[in-house]
Formats: sequence, structure tokens, C-alpha cells
Amino acid sequence: MDKEKVRTAILDIIADIAPDEDVSSVDDDVKLRDQFNLDSMDFLDIVMELRKRFNIEVPEEDYEHLITMSSCISYLSPLMKDRQLAS
Amino acid sequence: MAKNWLKGAKTFYDTIVIGSGLAGMTAANKMAKLGYSVLLLEHHYNLGGLATWFKRKGGHILDISLHGFPIGMIKSLRKYWTKDIADSVIRLRKVQFDNPQFNIETSFDKVDFTNILRERFGVLKETIDEFFATLRAMNFYDKLTISTQEVFEKFFPGRTDIHRFLMEPITYANGSTLEDPAITYGIVFSNFMDKGVYTFEGGTNTLIKKMKAEMLKNGVDIHTHCPVDKILVDDKKVTGVRVHGQDIGARAVLSNSNILSTVHKLVGDEHFSDEFMDEVKAVRLNNSSCQVYIGIKKGETIDYVGDLLFTSTAPEFDTESILSKDVTSRSFSFYYPHIRPGSDRYAIVSSTNAKYEDWADLSEEEYLKEKDHLIETTLDALEKYVPNIRNKVDHLEAATPKTFKRYTLHPSGTSFGTKFEGLKISQDLPKQIEGLFHAGSVGIIMSGWLGAANYGVIVANEVDKMLRSQEVDSLATATP
Ligand SMILES: Cc1cc2nc3c(=O)[nH]c(=O)nc-3n(C[C@H](O)[C@H](O)[C@H](O)COP(=O)(O)OP(=O)(O)OC[C@H]3O[C@@H](n4cnc5c(N)ncnc54)[C@H](O)[C@@H]3O)c2cc1C
Repeated sequence: MDKEKVRTAILDIIADIAPDEDVSSVDDDVKLRDQFNLDSMDFLDIVMELRKRFNIEVPEEDYEHLITMSSCISYLSPLMKDRQLAS
Repeated sequence: MAKNWLKGAKTFYDTIVIGSGLAGMTAANKMAKLGYSVLLLEHHYNLGGLATWFKRKGGHILDISLHGFPIGMIKSLRKYWTKDIADSVIRLRKVQFDNPQFNIETSFDKVDFTNILRERFGVLKETIDEFFATLRAMNFYDKLTISTQEVFEKFFPGRTDIHRFLMEPITYANGSTLEDPAITYGIVFSNFMDKGVYTFEGGTNTLIKKMKAEMLKNGVDIHTHCPVDKILVDDKKVTGVRVHGQDIGARAVLSNSNILSTVHKLVGDEHFSDEFMDEVKAVRLNNSSCQVYIGIKKGETIDYVGDLLFTSTAPEFDTESILSKDVTSRSFSFYYPHIRPGSDRYAIVSSTNAKYEDWADLSEEEYLKEKDHLIETTLDALEKYVPNIRNKVDHLEAATPKTFKRYTLHPSGTSFGTKFEGLKISQDLPKQIEGLFHAGSVGIIMSGWLGAANYGVIVANEVDKMLRSQEVDSLATATP
């Protein structure tokens, strides 16, 4: 997966978790929490979706890397490099 | 021959959930949506646990724990259940306080509370803002040394009237008291202050019916009338459960039964380490409740006096008097016809916090007498707000801590699980026994409809993590 695909994958997850938010307008450097009204349960949902869709385990101490879109991409890209969407 | 309540159940599941409270059901539904096979076992004939209702002759429907929940419930219902369920959440319009220190009406949100604290109690805006900000910032990882009392004293020293205004509703909502860690107050209070108090249009019966349909759709096997006797453990690993004398295997067992029952009764102390059992021994149960259910005659109406009414005749708020059997404080929930569209019926439910010990050892005769006394004194108190109440009523019934115990199997009929220390026990279970999990009212912050439902998801995440890692392991061993 290249970075653009990783970005799309994360956006898809957020769009599912926060269906009332317009995720296409995401600013990569603003905290996701503030942009889309995400709370700690939403971040837990993101972690569960990453596990379900890509078999990626984000340990609790790494949750801080999910703070903005850019930090998500740089943290997740190496992990998702050779992942396909789980069928 | 007795009916076979396990008819159709398989012999093995990825996950067995014991108990269908909001935590149990939400976890079961989440696990099923993740693709696991799930069995949900409930001892009662209805699903819902404390999120329940009952019907009585004369067309009465009475809700037990639908007094109100925070707005966050909408989001959780939408994410973990369905949009349709979430769309039935409606806001309560008016909450009223009446006690010797003040009589106040409020929409129960931050804006209104700020106004009241300023205008009515004369507090500076800066102090109020800082108070709200302090509570908002509280989270699970905070130090627990500060009590709610200390936070109140810091911001509103000596103002027992303000302490009461801020504390009383939360004491009813989650059984926390001034002496508990401030976080148990801060989280719940902030949740409510976000945007007010909400209820479910259609009542608890509609909610649970929809949840059941959704679980069945997602493939959860549901069996009521199934009290689990044992969680089976072999070599520090969960292997299944025993119910109606039958063993059913599972890779993970998630108990929604009380945490102490889970440890002592379902698993058995002998399976846990000594250090762990020392911690378990220190866990205090939260209080129980008494309720009086007041069904209004068909054709009678009551004027709108607000949805929730916190009344007290006690001069000041204190923990002991709110738990006392000699009741001075009650919260009344008014159910008007708009709660159940299409219905023209009214009901009122009075709730008080209560101690199991006060009710457990009464003789049958004393017990019935005390229940009658509870009903009569409740009507006396209600008369002030609904004149002529006795002429409007045609169903009256009381529940005590014993009633709550019988229906939920919770020790001492606890309404809100345990005090704060119970949460650690709940979270540490899988470290003691592989595949053993607990979700449900615990530690005060994980109780209430929202807390319980969200905790169900938090624990489902842990179960998923474990089951996934087993699959990865077995793949690894399968490939040379
Ligand atoms: C009087 C009262 C009023 C309340 N009002 C409100 C309110 O207005 N708003 C709010 O948000 N919260 C309220 N609450 C709290 C809220 O109802 C609870 O915190 C929440 O519903 C608890 O959910 P739970 O998942 O912990 O499980 P519970 O609802 O406690 O359910 C546990 C389930 O497990 C089952 N079970 C236990 N042992 C076994 C076994 N061995 N085998 C099979 N099944 C078993 C029980 O039968 C039960 O169904 C109130 C509580 C009470 C008592």
C-alpha cells in the first residue's frame, strides 16, 4: 500500500465511525479529535477497524500516533506496506 | 418434561456472553459483527438486565432505569447498534429540584447550570468555567487521591447548597458519593452537562426489542431462562460454561454478571492468585435501590411538572441520609404519553438509593409492611407536586434491594456495580485466566446505560485482540 492508499483507508474508517462528518475536507495537520468530534471511544473503534480490515494491532501506548492524519499515515504506512484489505 | 431452554444451542462458540445487560448485549452484538460465533445466556425471561420494564393489568408499562442518560448514548447506539435505534433518543425538557435549600428548574446542561450558579448561587463566572474545565479534563489515568468533596470545597468552599445542587442528581445516576474519587463524579457529570438528559422514545421495551432483533440479525444465539452455574477453567484457561447441567465450550467467556459473583461464584476463588484475591476482598459493592411504581388510571392526566424531580426534605445533602431507610430524598421520573407515541397513559416512578442490609433480614410480614410504608410515604411526598395523586392511581407496587437481587442475581442487589476499585479487578481478569473477561457496571464510571454499553465495546475489543492473536499464532504454527 502506498501512502495515498493508506490515507484513503484511514478516511474510510473515520467516515464509517463518524457518519455525520464530512471527512473529504480533512486537514492532515489538525487533530482528528477536534476536526471530527472524535472521543476516546471513536479512537478505540479506529483501532478495532484497523485490526479487522488490515490485521494491524495498534498497542495502547501507540494510540498517540493516531492524533492527526499525517501522524497516522507516517505511523501506519510501514505497518500497512504489504497489507491488502482483508477479504 | 421441563422445557429445554438450550434447544438449538451449539456445543462450541468463539465467545459466550453471560448476562444480557447493556454491556453484555453491546459486547455480544459487536463480537457478532466482527464475525465471531456468539452465544448470549440470560437467566431472566427478558433481555436488558436493569434496562428493563414490566407490564401490569390495566395497560400499565413501567420502566425501571429510563430516568435519563447523557447525549453520548446517541453516538454509541448509532455505532454499536443501528441508526434507527439512535434516532429514537429524545431530550428531556425539564429537571426540577425541590429541597429546603432551593427550588430550581433546569434544562440540565452546562449553559443553564452556569447561569444558575451565577445568578442563583452568586458564583463568579471564572470559578464556574474553571470548575467545568477541571471536571472535563478528568480522565481515567488521573490520580485518585482527590475526592468529589474536596473538589467542591476547592471551588465552592462551605457552600453546601451548591454541593447539593451538583451532587444529588449524580448520586442517583451512579451511586457515587462525596467521598468517592472525584473522577467518578467528573466523568458522569461532564457527560450530562454536555447537552442535557435524554430518554428513549418508545420506552425500554421498544429499545430491547430492537436490540434483540439486531443481535439475531447479526447471528447471536440468544437463550433466556439460562442461569450460568459455572465458568469452566482448565489450566488457567477458560474452556466454556456450565448451564442447566450442560457444558458448552468457548474460546472466550465474557461475564456481564457482577464482578464479585464472576470471581467467587462463576469461576471460584481457587483459580486466582493470592495477591489477586486480596485485591478482590477489598472491593466494595455500590448501593442498591428502592422504587415505587405508580400507574395512573386510564383517562386520568397529570399536568406537566417536568420529567425528573429531585426532592428532599433533608436540611442538607449527605451520603448517609440519602441511603437511609428512613427516606427523606427521592427522585421522581414522570412518564407522559409522548414517551410512548400512540399511548395516552401516564406513569410515575419514584427511586431512592438503599442498602440491602436494611431489607434483607426482615420477616415476611415486616417486609410487606415496610413496602406498604414505602408506598404510602412516597404518595405523601408526591401529593405536593401532583395534587390528588391517590385518586389518579390504579396500580402501586414497590421494589426493594431484594427485588433487584432476585431479578439480576447481583449481590446485595447492587444498582451500580462496585465502587471504583472494582474496575481494576474487572480489567485484570484476563491476566489471571486466559479467555476470561468481564464487562458491566463496575467502578462507578462504567455504570449507567452509557457507561455499561461503552464498557461492553471496550471489553469486546480485548476479546477480539485475544482471539485474533490466537489465530495468528495458529497460522504461524501451521505454516512450516
Ligand atoms: C433503579 C435504577 C435506576 C437506574 N436509572 C438509570 C438511569 O436513569 N440512567 C442510566 O443511565 N442508568 C440507570 N441505572 C443504571 C443502569 O441501569 C445500569 O448501570 C446498567 O443498565 C447496567 O448494565 P450492565 O450491563 O452492567 O448489566 P445489568 O443490567 O446489571 O445486567 C446484568 C445481567 O446479567 C444477568 N446475569 C447475572 N448473572 C447471571 C448468570 N449467572 N447467568 C445468566 N445471566 C446472569 C442478569 O440477569 C442481568 O440481566 C439505574 C439502575 C437502577 C437499579
